Amino acid sequence: MYQLTNVTKKYDQGKRSVTALNKVTLSIPDGQMVAIQGPTGGGKSTLLQMLGALDRPTEGTVELGTSNLSKLGDGPLGKIRAQEIGFVFQGFNLIPTLTAQENVETALAPLGIPAAERTARATAALASVGLGERGSHLPAELSGGQQQRVAIARALVKEPAVLLADEPTGNLDEQTRDEIMELLEGLWRDRGLTLIVVTHDSAVAKRAQRRLLIKQGVVKEIS
Amino acid sequence: MFVTYLRRELAGRRKQTAIVAIGMALAIALVIIVNAVSSGVQLAQSTVLASVYGVGTDITVSETPAAPTEGEAGANGPQNFDFGAEDGATTDGTTTVSQARLSVDRATTSFDSAALDTVSGIDNVTAAAATLSLSNTTFDGALPERSTTDTGTMPTGDDAAAGGTPPSGGPDGAGGSSFSVDSFTVLGLDPADEAVGPLSAVTLTDGRSLERSDAGTNVAVLDASYATTAELVVGDTVAIAGTDFTVVGLVTASSADAATASNVYIPLDVAQTLSGLDAQVTDIYVQAASSTDIDQIQTDIEAALPDSTVKTQADLASSVSGSLSSASDLVKNLGLWLSLIVLAAAFLIAILFTISGVTRRTREFGTLKAIGWSNGKIVRQVAGESLVQGLIGGVVGIAVGLIGILVINLVAPTLTAGSATTEAAGAMGGPGGGFGQAAVEATTSDIVLQVPVTLSVILIAVGLAVVGGLLAGAIGGWRASRLRPAEALRSIA
Ligand SMILES: Nc1ncnc2c1ncn2[C@@H]1O[C@H](COP(=O)(O)OP(=O)(O)OP(=O)(O)O)[C@@H](O)[C@H]1O
Ligand SMILES: [Mg+2]
Repeated sequence: MYQLTNVTKKYDQGKRSVTALNKVTLSIPDGQMVAIQGPTGGGKSTLLQMLGALDRPTEGTVELGTSNLSKLGDGPLGKIRAQEIGFVFQGFNLIPTLTAQENVETALAPLGIPAAERTARATAALASVGLGERGSHLPAELSGGQQQRVAIARALVKEPAVLLADEPTGNLDEQTRDEIMELLEGLWRDRGLTLIVVTHDSAVAKRAQRRLLIKQGVVKEIS
Repeated sequence: MFVTYLRRELAGRRKQTAIVAIGMALAIALVIIVNAVSSGVQLAQSTVLASVYGVGTDITVSETPAAPTEGEAGANGPQNFDFGAEDGATTDGTTTVSQARLSVDRATTSFDSAALDTVSGIDNVTAAAATLSLSNTTFDGALPERSTTDTGTMPTGDDAAAGGTPPSGGPDGAGGSSFSVDSFTVLGLDPADEAVGPLSAVTLTDGRSLERSDAGTNVAVLDASYATTAELVVGDTVAIAGTDFTVVGLVTASSADAATASNVYIPLDVAQTLSGLDAQVTDIYVQAASSTDIDQIQTDIEAALPDSTVKTQADLASSVSGSLSSASDLVKNLGLWLSLIVLAAAFLIAILFTISGVTRRTREFGTLKAIGWSNGKIVRQVAGESLVQGLIGGVVGIAVGLIGILVINLVAPTLTAGSATTEAAGAMGGPGGGFGQAAVEATTSDIVLQVPVTLSVILIAVGLAVVGGLLAGAIGGWRASRLRPAEALRSIA
């Protein structure tokens, strides 16, 4: 369960200050699938950073369960990210020199899981996204859709409570987009995740239980 | 994960790994070679010094030469050979004259041998020996007989001095003259002193060395190479200041290449008597109890003998001249700076490549942070990569360095070394007019440069590789640690 109260995020750019989020108050119950829409520069990624414990707000509080993310230091925030939060990015963000299998294992590395268990879990995660045969391939040897599946396996292998995706289909064609969305939706339904997807794409947003619109740092519900 | 990631990263970015490693390898190879050549040159220097001053000699004491007083024809003035009218032997219209001088070199001053007792009495001096360094100069001349065209009576000394009819004899039969001057160095030393001094570092090749019982007797030990030149063997006699000495032994420097300190060695008391320098010596060789005492002994001797020049091995090293000394200077200056510059360049290359690598991998490290990697884990990864690159460079560098040393040892360059102990030019006035001649040649020797490989050089190389790698890794890691995890969300422009 997320509880955001009066969250403001300002970026200082020299003398100018940009308000990316303006007094956002929002709560997201566990297990909900939320789509975040809005024009470019509206503050979608900034909101996702607040939810993903990647950054602290300038003002206001962000609570995830019992943790106050706006007050924690870098170390504890890193631990929360390692244990509770899975990320999927528009650009896939796989480590180019590591194989698919090894990329998935990087998510387990900070958790102190023994090597044998790590390997087994990564193999299972790859199988669950339909890439059981591709574990030894480098990212460059995989298609965009396959790379995003590896990234989804990496996000899910640690069994997080929350899955955050920033334009996960932004770099994919329509056919692949639908496959990836179906995969995400299926995982959300099977695992009881909280799934928050930032998207420009109304077709993607329509699949969500709840849709939010962010314009100039202000959040509105779309019903 | 650490090892897998490290391995994949180094293998996946071969070019970067190769450039950093090659830079490091070049620098380390250079450091190894310069270091090894430097110790090779030092080794050669100490070989030269040992053969000239003796192995156990830590300090030498000599008298500071004073400028000769104007008009005074002292022992240090020009050497004059004066011949009286009755001197020489006359046959077939040619008078031959011969005279030998045994005297102290012009650059050297003798002093009272009581100084030896003073030096021996100083704390921490374990042994001291005094020597008298002399040079024997023989003048041989052939000139026309002064009386052949005279009235038939043998001329008196005064008549001859006043001159007469033009001469017609001489070696060319037309009244001409011919002169030759021969000189060699003679070292008087106490045959009882064996621990320290010039003869402590020599190898006997024939006969025997000087012994305690030789004091007062006319026996000589010769430098083997001088003996060869002078065509002398054990049992022959050598004339010193007109006195015949029996050659009892031949010696060479312990290292095959260097010459010994003097051409001829005779008992000190005989040398003093022959040169007219009773109870006088020119050098004192001192052995210290330990190398840490050398400074104290030097200070004490200088206080006890204010007129003396006290030199330590370090001072002596600077007296070695010739291409050995140039090599030493070259290695010390150019080699040191060159290796420092190349090392700095290699470190810089490693640092810059690591920084640019971190910058290029901003999104990669941001992503790892976003999925929960701690700063420490990322810094370790970056530092580990640099360290391994440095170590690869180190291993290659050591290999190249060792090959370089091997090549130098195979080429075995020869260096000449002169120890500036006996360089003096003597001007001699003779009947045929003044002429100059180098009275004593500087002791020169050829040393083949042998470059040693020491464990410490290898350890230094490994250390440098580690330091270079860690330095680059620390700077790169620090950059990586400052990246925000939110960088992962940056859209790829
Ligand atoms: N690191 C930053 N430094 C300065 N300004 C920033 C930074 N990140 C975002 N901004 C600014 O904050 C505002 C919101 O940015 P944000 O990335 O959240 O928008 P977005 O809705 O994700 O846009 P897009 O659809 O283009 O991804 C923009 O004006 C942006 O320029
Ligand atoms: Mg965005």
